[in-house]
Amino acid sequence: MDITELTVHELQEKIKSKELTITQITNAYVDRINEKEKDVQAFVTTLTEEAKKQAIEVEEKINKGEITGEFAGIPIGIKDNMCTKGVKTTCSSKMLENFISPYDATVVEKLNNENIIDLGKLNMDEFAMGGSTEYSYFKKTRNPWNLNKVPGGSSGGSAAAVAANLVPWALGSDTGGSIRQPSSFCGVVGLKPTYGLVSRYGLVAFASSLDQIGPITKDVRDSAILLNIIAGHDEKDSTSASREKVDYTKCLKNDVKGLKIGVPKEFFGEGINKEVKESLQKAIETYKKLGAEVEEFSLDIAQYSLASYYIIACAEASSNLGRFDGIRYGYRTPEFTNLKELYKKSRSEGFGAEVKRRIILGTYVLSSGYYDAYYKKAQQVRTLVINEFNKGFEKYDVILTPTSPTVAFDIGSKSDNPLEMYLADICTVSVNIAGLPGISIPCGVDSQGMPIGMQLIGNKFCEETILNAAYTFEQEVKFREKYKPQFKQNA
Amino acid sequence: MVKKVYNSEQIEIGDDYMKVSKEEILHIANLSDLILEENEVEKYLSNLQEILNFANIVSNAPVEGLDITIGSNEAQNVFRKDEIKIFEDNKSLLQNAPTQDQNMFKIPKVL
Amino acid sequence: MSREDYEVVIGLEVHAELSTKTKIFCSCPTEFGGLPNTHTCPICMAMPGTLPVLNEKVVEYAVKAGLATNCEIARDSKNDRKNYFYPDLPKSYQISQFDKPLCKNGYVEIDTKNGKKKIRITRIHIEEDAGKLNHDEFGGGSLVDLNRAGVPLIETVSEPDISSAEEAEAYLRKLKSIFEYIEVSDCKMQEGSLRADVNVSVRKKGDTKLGTRTEMKNMNSFRSIVRAIEYEVDRQIDVIEDGGIIEQETLRWDDVSGKTFSMRDKEDAQDYRYFPDPDLVAIKLSEEYIENIKKGLPELPESRKQRYLEEYKLSEKDANLITSSKYLSDLFEEASKVCNNPKAVNNWIISDISRILNETEMDPIEIPFDSKQLGKLVVLIDKGTISSSIGKKVLTELFENPRDPEEIIKEKGWIQISDEGAIKEVVLKILEANPQSIADYKGGKDKALGFLVGQAMKETKGKANPQMLNKMFLEELNK
Repeated sequence: MDITELTVHELQEKIKSKELTITQITNAYVDRINEKEKDVQAFVTTLTEEAKKQAIEVEEKINKGEITGEFAGIPIGIKDNMCTKGVKTTCSSKMLENFISPYDATVVEKLNNENIIDLGKLNMDEFAMGGSTEYSYFKKTRNPWNLNKVPGGSSGGSAAAVAANLVPWALGSDTGGSIRQPSSFCGVVGLKPTYGLVSRYGLVAFASSLDQIGPITKDVRDSAILLNIIAGHDEKDSTSASREKVDYTKCLKNDVKGLKIGVPKEFFGEGINKEVKESLQKAIETYKKLGAEVEEFSLDIAQYSLASYYIIACAEASSNLGRFDGIRYGYRTPEFTNLKELYKKSRSEGFGAEVKRRIILGTYVLSSGYYDAYYKKAQQVRTLVINEFNKGFEKYDVILTPTSPTVAFDIGSKSDNPLEMYLADICTVSVNIAGLPGISIPCGVDSQGMPIGMQLIGNKFCEETILNAAYTFEQEVKFREKYKPQFKQNA
Repeated sequence: MVKKVYNSEQIEIGDDYMKVSKEEILHIANLSDLILEENEVEKYLSNLQEILNFANIVSNAPVEGLDITIGSNEAQNVFRKDEIKIFEDNKSLLQNAPTQDQNMFKIPKVL
Repeated sequence: MSREDYEVVIGLEVHAELSTKTKIFCSCPTEFGGLPNTHTCPICMAMPGTLPVLNEKVVEYAVKAGLATNCEIARDSKNDRKNYFYPDLPKSYQISQFDKPLCKNGYVEIDTKNGKKKIRITRIHIEEDAGKLNHDEFGGGSLVDLNRAGVPLIETVSEPDISSAEEAEAYLRKLKSIFEYIEVSDCKMQEGSLRADVNVSVRKKGDTKLGTRTEMKNMNSFRSIVRAIEYEVDRQIDVIEDGGIIEQETLRWDDVSGKTFSMRDKEDAQDYRYFPDPDLVAIKLSEEYIENIKKGLPELPESRKQRYLEEYKLSEKDANLITSSKYLSDLFEEASKVCNNPKAVNNWIISDISRILNETEMDPIEIPFDSKQLGKLVVLIDKGTISSSIGKKVLTELFENPRDPEEIIKEKGWIQISDEGAIKEVVLKILEANPQSIADYKGGKDKALGFLVGQAMKETKGKANPQMLNKMFLEELNK
C-alpha cells in the first residue's frame, strides 16, 4: 500500500482500524518528500524532522488517552502566507525571507487544536501575486504532471505538493483564482469558500476584500472535511461571517437529479483552449446523464470582472504592502544615509518586479484625479457583477465554467507579459469579486496528458450545493483512478 | 476602441487617451516609496500603460445608478468590547526588528 | 496700512485622545506611559496578517461628543484609510474617516468681549493615534515607541469662525471643558491627550476671499497657541505689507525663540489616496442607540452654571470660572456638601486655589487633594478651630502633601488660640510694648487697632483667634 497515495478520509479509516499508525503515516510522507521534493520544489520550508518528532508525541498522547480528535496526527502543508508562530512565514519574498511571526493565524490555531502535524510551508508567487508560482523569490515549483510546466499560482506549491503526494492535503489562499487555477493545472480539488466563511486573521493580506483561505485536496470528501475544520466565525476578523455551523460532509449525497446547472456562454468563447472546451462539453454531458438539468445562459461579466479585479486588488494591495518598510521587521537595505532612502531601498530591493508593478498600478488608481475613473468605477462594476450573478442564481443552483482558459503552460513562457498572465484569470476572478464559493475539480486531460479543471460556482454560503455536485461528478468519472502525475520531463 | 488579441480572444483595449507620462510614474513610485532605475522606467511605464488601457474597460460598463460595493460582505456594526487583553509574549514583537535599542525600533534621525 | 485694517481668520482641528480602556482597533491598554513597546500587540504593531476590530466605546464616546456639541449624528458611517509613510505609522496608513464622519454641523458658544459667539463645528470623526519618535541620544538616530499607536482619537474640525488668539483659547477651553464633562477624554495637554492644529490666515477688512493659511500642528498648551497665533498674524501682515505672498505651508512654533519656522521640505505635496477600509464594515447607528446616549449624557457646563446662579446664588463671574472645568465644578459641589458653606468653598476656589493653579500651571484635574479635604478645611474655619490666615497655610499644605486638614493642624500645631486667658495675655503684652498705638487709638486713629491686632497675630504666629483679639483689645483700650 502506498500510504502517500491515500486520501485523508482513507487515512482516518486505517488509523481507526489500527491498520496504520500516526508515525507510519508521517514517516511515509517524510520519505516521499525526501524522494520527490527535489523534482517538484514545492516547499519553502520543510519541517520533516519536527514532524517526525511531533508524530511520536501525538501518538503517545493518543495511546495514553490524553488526545482524542479524529484528525490527530494527520499531516498537512500550509501555503507560506499564513502566519505560523516559531516557523518562518516568507510569502516567498525576499522581504520576509527570515520573518518569524509572533502569533499563529486563526486557521493555524484550528489545525493545532486538532493536533494536525505541519509538514512545512509551501511555495507561492511572491505575496500571492501571480498565476504560475514563477514569481517566487526562492524557487520555481514544477508541475508533477510535467516538470517543465508550471503548477499554476499563486498556491502552486500547495497544489503541486498534493498532486505529488508530498502532503495529504494543504491550505491555499485565493484572491483571483489562486486556489482554483493551480488545482486545475495539477489535477487536484481546490475550493475557494464564500468570502467571510474562513477567517483571514493571520493571512498576509494581498487584497482584503477578495482574499480567502481554502482547502486543496486529493478529492472532494477531503475538501469538505478540511472546510469543516477551518470554517467558522472569528471575532478577530471584522469581515468574518456569523453563520450556524455546518457539517459539509453530510451534503455529499452523490445525487444531482434535478440540479439546475447554468452554463454561461461568454465563458466558452474564443479565448478558451479547444481541448479545454471539449473536456468541459464532455463533463456537461456527464451531468446531463446523471440527471442534472443543464442550460446555456448569458453572463456577460468576464471582462468587466477582470478589469475591476485588477483595479481593486492592486489598490488594496498597494495599501496593505505599505507596512513592509524595513523598520519593524522584514528586509532592510544594508546601506542608507537617511530615512527616505531606508524606505525606498528596502522596498525596492525586497520586492520582486511583479509586486512592484501591482503596487504602482494600485497607487496610481487611488491617486488624486484617478480615483473616480478607476477605483470608484470598479466598485460599481462589483455591484453589477453581484447583480448579474444573483440573476443567474434565481434560475440555477450551480454555474459551470472552465477553471482556466488553458492547461498548465511551459515554465518561462508567459512571465514576460503581465497582461497575458492576468488574462489567464478570466474564468476565476468574477467569483472573488462577487464573494461567491467556487470549486475546481479535474474533469479530464488533454492530448499531452495535462489535467483540465472544471469550475462550479455556487450562491453565497452554498458550499454544500457545489460540494455535492462536485462529489457526484467525481464518483462517476473517477479521475484519480484513471490518471496520475507522471513527473514527465522533456528532453 | 482598439481591439487586441490575447490568447486568441479579442479583448477591447482602450486607446491611450489616459496616457501615463514618465513624470507621473516617477511621482507614483515616489508616493509608494519605490525606486525605479533609469533602465526600468520604460518597461514599467509600458506595462502600466497596457494594463491601464485594459482596466479602462470599466469605463464602458453599464453601471449608471449603481452604488459602490466595498466588500462582498453586507455585515455592519461589528464591534469589540472595551476590555484589556495583554499580549503576553512581548519579546516576540521585536524579534524581527533589524535594529533595536531599549526595546524600541532604531531608525535614522527624523527631523 | 496697519494691523487694524486686517482681520484674522482661524480654524482649529482638535485631537482628543479618548479615555477608553483599550485602543481603537485592538485590546491593548491606552494607559499613558509604560515602558516602550509594552502596550502593544501584533495588531497595533502592524504585523503581517493582522486585522482591526472597532472598539464599541469609541463610537459611543464620539457620538457623546457630537451630541454635546450640537452635531448631527450620522446614521451611516464608515472608516477610510489615509495612506502615507512615516515611522510612527506602522501600517503606513492611518484608519480614519473621510467622507462619512460620525458627527457634523455642530457648534459651541464662547464668551468674547463682545458677548456670546457661536463657533461652528464642521465635523467630528474617529481615528487612531500614531506612535512616538524619541531621540536616540547616543546613536544619533530616532527610536520608535508604538505604545501610543492605535490609541483612539476624535478629531473636531471647526469652521474658520475664530477671529483672534483669545477666541481660539476660549474655543479650545470650551471644547476641553465639554469633553471633560461628558468624560470622553481626560484632556491632559501635557500628556498630549488634547492637542490642536492651528490654521491661521489674514485678509484686509471687507475682503470676502480667504487669505492663504498656514498650519501649526500638535500644539498642546494654551499659552503657546496664543503666542503662536499672535506671532503668525503679525508675520503674515508684515509679509503682505511688504508686497509678498503667504505660502501655504506647515510651520513649527518654537516656544523658546517665540517664532514660527517653515517645515517645508523638497517633497511633493501629500496625496493620501483615501479609500474605504475593506477590513472594516459599515457603522449604522439606530435612532434608539443615539437616544440612549443622549439620555445618558451628564449635565453640561451651561446647565451647571445656571444651577449655580440659581441654587447657590454665585456671581456670573464666579460661576463661569468654577464650571469652566468639570474637576473644579465637582470639587465645588462635593466640598459644599461636606461643609454646607458653598460661599466659602466658592471663595477658596476663585481666589487661593485658582491663584496656585495659575502659578504652578496646574490643570484642575491634577489638584492633589479631594473635596472632602477642602470641605473639612472650611468646617475647621467655620468652627473657629483655625483662623482663615492659618487656613491659607493649610491649603498650601494640601497642595504639597494632601491629607486630612485636622491631621495637618495637629501636626503643625496650628490650632487657633481661643482660650480667653491666653488671648488676654497676648493682648496685654502687645499693649505694653506699643504705648504709641494706644495713644493713637485714643486720639481717634482707628487704624491703630488693626495694627495692634496684626502685632498680636505676628506674636502668636497667626494662631490667635482674630475676632477674640479684636474684642479683647477693644475692651482693654476702652478701659
